[in-house]
Amino acid sequence: MSAVVAEHEHDDHHDHGPEKGFLRWIITTNHKDIGTLYLVFALAMFFVGGSMALIIRAELFEPGMQFVSPQFFNSMTTMHALVMVFGAVMPAFVGFANWQIPLMIGAPDMALPRMNNMSFWLLVAGILMLASTLFMEGGAPASGWTLYPPLVLQTGAALPFAIFSVHLLGISSIMGAINIIATIFNMRAPKMTLMKMPLFVWTWLITAFLLIAIMPVFAGAVTMLLTDRFFDTSFFDAAGGGDPVLYQHIFWFFGHPEVYVMILPTFGIASTIIPVFARKPLFGYSSMVYATAAIAFLSFIVWAHHMFTVGMPMAGELYFMYATMLIAIPTGVKIFNWTATMWEGSMTFETPMLFSIAFVVLFTLGGFTGLMMALAPVDFQYHDTYFIVAHFHYTLVPASVFIIMAGAYFWVPKWTGHMYDERLARFHFWLSAISVNILFFPQHFLGLAGMPRRIPDYAVQFADWNMVSSIGAFIFGFSQLLFVYIMYKTVKGGTGEKVSDEVWEDAHKHSLEWSLPSPVPYHTFDTPPEKIPTEHF
Amino acid sequence: MVKTKQLFAGLALMTFGLGTAQADYTLNLMEGVTSISRDVYGLHMLVFWVCVVIGIAVFGTMFYSIYFHRKSRGHKASLFHESTKIEIIWTIIPTVILILLAIPATKVMLEMDDTKDSDMSIKVTGWQWKWEYEYLDSGVRFFSSLDEASNKARQLNSGIDPRTVPNYLLEVDKPLVVPINTKIRFLFTAADVIHSWWVPDLGWKKDTIPGYINEAWTSVDKPGTYRGQCTELCGRDHGFMPIVVIAMEKPDYEAWVVEQKQQAVANASAADKEWSAEDLIAKGESVYTNNCASCHMADGAGLAGTFPAITGSALVTGDMDAQVDLMLNGKGMMPAFGQMLDPVDFAAVSTFIRNGLGNSVGDSIQPATIKALQGAIPATEYDDDDD
Ligand code: HEM
Ligand SMILES: [Cu+2]
Ligand SMILES: [Cu+2]
Repeated sequence: MSAVVAEHEHDDHHDHGPEKGFLRWIITTNHKDIGTLYLVFALAMFFVGGSMALIIRAELFEPGMQFVSPQFFNSMTTMHALVMVFGAVMPAFVGFANWQIPLMIGAPDMALPRMNNMSFWLLVAGILMLASTLFMEGGAPASGWTLYPPLVLQTGAALPFAIFSVHLLGISSIMGAINIIATIFNMRAPKMTLMKMPLFVWTWLITAFLLIAIMPVFAGAVTMLLTDRFFDTSFFDAAGGGDPVLYQHIFWFFGHPEVYVMILPTFGIASTIIPVFARKPLFGYSSMVYATAAIAFLSFIVWAHHMFTVGMPMAGELYFMYATMLIAIPTGVKIFNWTATMWEGSMTFETPMLFSIAFVVLFTLGGFTGLMMALAPVDFQYHDTYFIVAHFHYTLVPASVFIIMAGAYFWVPKWTGHMYDERLARFHFWLSAISVNILFFPQHFLGLAGMPRRIPDYAVQFADWNMVSSIGAFIFGFSQLLFVYIMYKTVKGGTGEKVSDEVWEDAHKHSLEWSLPSPVPYHTFDTPPEKIPTEHF
Repeated sequence: MVKTKQLFAGLALMTFGLGTAQADYTLNLMEGVTSISRDVYGLHMLVFWVCVVIGIAVFGTMFYSIYFHRKSRGHKASLFHESTKIEIIWTIIPTVILILLAIPATKVMLEMDDTKDSDMSIKVTGWQWKWEYEYLDSGVRFFSSLDEASNKARQLNSGIDPRTVPNYLLEVDKPLVVPINTKIRFLFTAADVIHSWWVPDLGWKKDTIPGYINEAWTSVDKPGTYRGQCTELCGRDHGFMPIVVIAMEKPDYEAWVVEQKQQAVANASAADKEWSAEDLIAKGESVYTNNCASCHMADGAGLAGTFPAITGSALVTGDMDAQVDLMLNGKGMMPAFGQMLDPVDFAAVSTFIRNGLGNSVGDSIQPATIKALQGAIPATEYDDDDD
């Protein structure tokens, strides 16, 4: 960042640059600083959540209980998921949104900069409160990230803290979402009509609406848990006339769109990167926008595919099966469009492109298992086994997480003015891409062979593949230290070669940020840009 | 594809030098032993092959492009970026495929749902962390929990190699016994939290939910032993509540039922006889190990902050009635053992904890007393309009 500061001092603009010293990072309202905060925080949480995953995989390395108690194991699966979802993946995308949305639409900053700062610090508070439950009497929540009652009500002292942390995280997300919507609707450069916005902006716009719709629902559900536990209500208590399955309906009404909150911005970044390295416009821009909107809409009406086994009436089972199958159509459109974007291109394979291609391939595998699980009668077999663990990890790790890394490699030269070490970065890519498959592919076999999820120990016929999976986990986990090293070195000066303004060949044809100087100055687009890249549209 | 998967698996295992340790892992879903499970397997294979074909087409195109359309080969980018025709085609083709998948899936779904005309009914109740089975037609009723050998081996650093335990974690003390070629209707409910009852060979799982009665049916066509597990996270010992179903020829099953009934009569008369304190304590120790030690620890020390110690407990060393009341009705995480233990076991363990685990109160309680108390608590029975 020091380079950014130095650059700024030369310009004789009269408005102020960044605050000196540490305070800058506390009180900043600059979208770039806040973007950096989000990204660094997400990276840190990626390692916290990752360490929990390694505890899980260490225990599962061999049959028998070697390291942790079953209760602590359950806390680990629960906290791993919550930290990864709310602390790592979502904040990483908010970080990209903060950095990129103003740059891509030609705005000087986010529309509501102070709220921007506040939503970041609420996120930190929420995650710290969540993490503090690890040290409480009775341990951290151990009922799975889905927090199903009645089980979750058996949580010890941690329960109210976990619930309040969900509230804080929810408020933070909603504030972030409002800010993104306000920015996109009000602050676009004059010529930037909605249908000329880069796809990353579009996907975030839709994601922001999803967030505003679902976070209050989750907050409501956990508040009902709170009153059930402390104020003698019985929303979810059958003995008091309540209904434990009601919670699952509410949770998944939030939960299914929530998984799309994590994937839509992924789609957006992939749609930004692939055309640049194929040296072609994105294929089917408008169908990409419509497909994103269709997926977002469908995500609200398929929730009970997570609950096929609760014993819904037949009409319900069938409806949710058909609706879920429908998602495969817009998802397929996206995959076909990316393939068509590569087709007849003039491709090069720098690290962001490598991660993006791996994303398209491996996400498609996750989509296939999604389609398999959509068939309700077969899901009676797959449900709550390692097969679904494999499914959602394919849609989250080599998809969302890979694209987060692709985005970091893609934009970090622009942000810092330094090039990362391409050779090391490719090494990081290959290590990650191979180990992620060693980690998750065998879990398909385990699930089909009958291994339930969320168990700390297993029958011996599952031993071999668990061992393979654990080996993959450790390679994958430790490979990510390389990412930290590469990024650190880049920020500190990189390879030393000065990057050009457009960084990637002809990138300026694709999006606005590439016509700004590298590194981007602390303040950009004080006056909206006259021209916008129109090549594709 | 199955072949290539096996090849891949074999290669991977050889690389890790694991091939010899356990040969009986599987890669695919089991076909199972019921007509439903075979239908499900068929659907699974169908959708699997559909995915394989689509995958080959998409990835084939992509890798062709990656190979030929690269800058290093001097390929010039063409600038096309839309084609309504092609986009319509690749929306319609998947739609048709989905419809073709939905039809057989709907058929299987409807078939699974049809619990009419069953020959017998079994009620399954999920408890933390065991299963209760009740044969509604013959009145046979018992609990089924993880067997001792597995339970010992699964303790943290037990020093017992799970590979030496037969059916590690997939063995129970008392399996569910069913006749073959009989349409059995299952009714599922739970006593505390949600569990899920899954035997892969039957082709489905069903959640057991407090306050709900879920239904499912099966008709096993091959005698054998089929194993499964609880699949809904239900707390600490979720991984340790297996299911074992033994399917027998009908006459064998009938004989088993008769035996169970005789056993029940014997148990009832045992409850009426006078027991000496020594006998109660001796019996109570094993009841404690099976039912209490997982929370209150084998030595009665409990777990600070979560599970109170038995040794030196004010309740246990105090008034007998208060202790029995807590055990009968439960409290918070402590299950209500009133319905779980028969009078003899209940009296035995009540006496044992007062005179073992470092306590020495010196009194005892008779099974007959417990039987009277159990008669007084309302059992959580659910109406079921069977027959
Ligand atoms: C073609 C698209 C998809 C379909 C048809 C699909 C279908 C399903 C189904 C039916 C389940 C429930 C399985 C069960 O519990 O038995 C499921 C679970 C899940 N899916 Fe997907 N899915 C798709 C894409 C995605 C994407 C894009 C993501 C995330 C980025 C995702 C994340 C998840 C997660 C996290 C779960 C498990 C949640 C839990 O139980 O903890 N899926 N999916
Ligand atoms: Cu879903
Ligand atoms: Cu369970």
